[in-house]
Amino acid sequence: MKSSVIIFPGSNCDRDMDVALKKFGFINQMVWHNDIDLPKSDLIVLPGGFSYGDYLRCGSIAGKSRIISSVIDFAKSGGMVMGVCNGFQILTETGLLSGVLQQNINLNFICKNVFIKINNNKNKYFENIKKNILELHIAHNEGNYFCSQDELKSIEDNDQIAATYCDQNGKINEENNPNGAIKNIAGIFNEKKNVLGMMPHPERMIDKYLSGEDGSIFFTNLLNNLK
Amino acid sequence: MEVNLQNAMDHGLNKEEFNKICDLLKRTPNLTELGIFSAMWNEHCSYKSSKVHLKKLNTKGKKVIQGPGENAGIIDIEDDDAIVFKIESHNHPSFIEPYQGAATGVGGIMRDVFTMGARPIANLNSIHFGSTQNPKTKNLLRGVVKGIGGYGNCMGIPTIAGQTNFDESYNGNILVNAMTLGLVNKNKIFYSKAVGVNKPVIYVGSKTGRDGIHGASMASAVFDDKIEEKKPTVQVGDPFTEKLLLEACLELMAGKSIISIQDMGAAGLTSSSIEMASKGNLGIELNLNKVPCREEKMTPYEIMLSESQERMLIILENGKEEEAKKIFDKWNLDFAVIGKTTDTKKIELFFDKIRVAQIPINILAENAPIYDRKFKKTKLPQKIKFNKDDLKNFKITEVLKKILSSPNISSKEWIWEQYDQTVMGDTVEKPGSDSGIVRIHGSSKAVATSVDSSAIYCYAHPLTGGKQVVCENWRNLISCGSKPIAITNCLNFGNPEKEENMGEFVECVEGINEASKFLDYPVVSGNVSFYNETKDKGIKPTPTIGGVGLVTDYKKIITMDLKNINNLILVVGKTEGHIEQSIFARNILNEKKGPPPEINLFNEKNNGETILKLINEKLIKSTHDVSLGGIITAVSKMAIKGEKGFKLIKPKVLTSKFHYYFGEDQGRYIIEIEPNNLSKVQKILKENSVHYDEIGIVTKNEVILDKEPILHIDDLTKSNKTWLIDYMSK
Repeated sequence: MKSSVIIFPGSNCDRDMDVALKKFGFINQMVWHNDIDLPKSDLIVLPGGFSYGDYLRCGSIAGKSRIISSVIDFAKSGGMVMGVCNGFQILTETGLLSGVLQQNINLNFICKNVFIKINNNKNKYFENIKKNILELHIAHNEGNYFCSQDELKSIEDNDQIAATYCDQNGKINEENNPNGAIKNIAGIFNEKKNVLGMMPHPERMIDKYLSGEDGSIFFTNLLNNLK
Repeated sequence: MEVNLQNAMDHGLNKEEFNKICDLLKRTPNLTELGIFSAMWNEHCSYKSSKVHLKKLNTKGKKVIQGPGENAGIIDIEDDDAIVFKIESHNHPSFIEPYQGAATGVGGIMRDVFTMGARPIANLNSIHFGSTQNPKTKNLLRGVVKGIGGYGNCMGIPTIAGQTNFDESYNGNILVNAMTLGLVNKNKIFYSKAVGVNKPVIYVGSKTGRDGIHGASMASAVFDDKIEEKKPTVQVGDPFTEKLLLEACLELMAGKSIISIQDMGAAGLTSSSIEMASKGNLGIELNLNKVPCREEKMTPYEIMLSESQERMLIILENGKEEEAKKIFDKWNLDFAVIGKTTDTKKIELFFDKIRVAQIPINILAENAPIYDRKFKKTKLPQKIKFNKDDLKNFKITEVLKKILSSPNISSKEWIWEQYDQTVMGDTVEKPGSDSGIVRIHGSSKAVATSVDSSAIYCYAHPLTGGKQVVCENWRNLISCGSKPIAITNCLNFGNPEKEENMGEFVECVEGINEASKFLDYPVVSGNVSFYNETKDKGIKPTPTIGGVGLVTDYKKIITMDLKNINNLILVVGKTEGHIEQSIFARNILNEKKGPPPEINLFNEKNNGETILKLINEKLIKSTHDVSLGGIITAVSKMAIKGEKGFKLIKPKVLTSKFHYYFGEDQGRYIIEIEPNNLSKVQKILKENSVHYDEIGIVTKNEVILDKEPILHIDDLTKSNKTWLIDYMSK
């Protein structure tokens, strides 16, 4: 399986994502933001970081960058596009995903382990995944997902909520909502479920001696689903 | 324009220094030249009060590739890998403008590391604030933490360890010490020494603005009432540009076009250009019209003294300009050829085709003033007799809860959570452990690192305090199973023109040196920050030590959390019950006099090396060094982290239970072992003549202390974890 990770100036999880994809068997390629064409890929990843410094609204400049129109075309033709953290923010800026990511409710950057519950596994990202609750890492200042009531109804009706913050037993409540996200939303899909945006970083949980291995479960499963 | 003595004094130079300048130049300098002298001769850049004493430091060792004198120190960690590291202060600017001050402190130290060709892999910080009752403390803390996070997080470098202290002596002068570790191939290290005449001098990075002018001079003076006026001397950080600069520099460094490279830190273009030329015994000629400026009509004086951030000066091989420019164009950074190296041994500046400054380099560098200032030694204070009746009214469990929730012991989770600790995917141990640990990318090796200071002990007796802080740092690295290699120091002191303050400096340095020699733990880099004084009130002497140790296999590290019920708990090292200057004496008994705990370097080394033996024999399940708050605080922290309880029984020793549990004797560790390994552990400890006490066992969740009421570990956890959150939310 071939994957591509886009590097924007200010991306800083691009290497981590490259390492993770390769570790689980993807043939990965790095793509520069100023390129026009995407290499042939089964999966495009927008990594975490601070694209173009994020001095404007997070992800807004990346959402207008040169490579992004090819990413949008790729997604619209059904290609798999995943955005993690800043990648998620960028995807909402392109309009591929609805809603926005606001500043965390406590107004601070938050870096810690969280649990997320997979809400919909009828898609290539989570189908057959062997655990329904994953322990992953978050590290962001703007992860507070928000959308209008109409948008919320539409993503709920269409089963577009990918994952929600919960406790280790899967209980979803305010106490386990790290950033104030509406309905504890940690990640969402587009309508066709080929585009996924999520705040937690699976690429940081791929070694049991480091933070943990739930990211390994995610990547192994993803590769199998794409085969 | 010729200048006079008053101008010189406005620049922080005294009469003798101004006369010396005129004598050396054989004329009166112009304003630009005066600015250059003031930038090079201030305390921050010239080390004029500290040099005499720093020279004595132990800086050599088998693993040392580069000692003090370069942008950062470098140590060998085998297989061609080397670690570049240094700690630096950004105290004065952080007090004036906490967010930008702290942010640019972090940015500056990272530049020092990547200018040597290393990719930064870990950040640490040591931050000190005034009393928690001081109305300024909360905002300063909030601003500093946001600044450190704002810069480090955006750069994508994990912050993996640190310490936070509160003490009223920092009410008017907070301390922000930032440390960075970088990884470099030992055959691809870059230095600042210029080589060769007529080589192009290149300016890269951000444009030059009017921010930070006189920053280094500001950091070389005490504060008064007019501190608000100093805001323009604080630099403004742009971590995004620094991230681009990092990537562009590393890309250029992969080729062979760079002769030397130096970041523009304190005193900006002035000190970087002079340092490069001075080290190469060359001259340098700059055309200031070529310097990329952010603002209009900047004068030569402003251009030379600006401390705008995210800039580098590079000397290239001839003919490599186009190739290099392409890289900086790709990263959208300024790139300008602004001058060349010469054989004149002078710095010559041109602006609008006129020569605006001309100074022989040796005058600025080697002839800078050096002071062997007068100093006063501190006598070892008398021991204090504590009345046994006074102690009767205390309950160990109640005191323990108070200590666990005291500002300096309480959990600092509120702070760490604002730092990205895991970006780069190599973090093995995060903040809140004895040491932070990062894996060397793609290998099984890792480096452990810790930053420590003990101002209370240093204030009570500087010589002992200096030794203690090195030992404590060493212990923190030992505890996780790493072999300590070398240290960097950040020496934060008051006004060196006062004999007491100078004495504190001299004796702390002496103590550091003694411990460093005995432990074979050389100093490879560092920084001095004097004049941490406001309206005549100086800080407690605060040398901060940052250490680095090598872990050969990251899968085998030892952590501090208690692991299994019924395992045994031992104290390794002798407990005499030294209570003076302990948290117990100071916070609970309100007794602030007396000597700090004694340091026995032989025991320190022997105990530490024996712990490493036990770890290598796989006999230890968890370990933690005993420091502030004594044995019981150490065990409690292990229990809180491991979500277990413990049962302790004081051994039949002469000291009272308060002395035993809360005493802060040095050179001690708590270890958790499996019951069936006891005899093996005892054998090794005895063979190495290391004293130990068996004091208890790990329980499920009950905290049982002699005859006191039983607690649940959650009670202690709550005491420990809520203080800072509550304080910041009030």
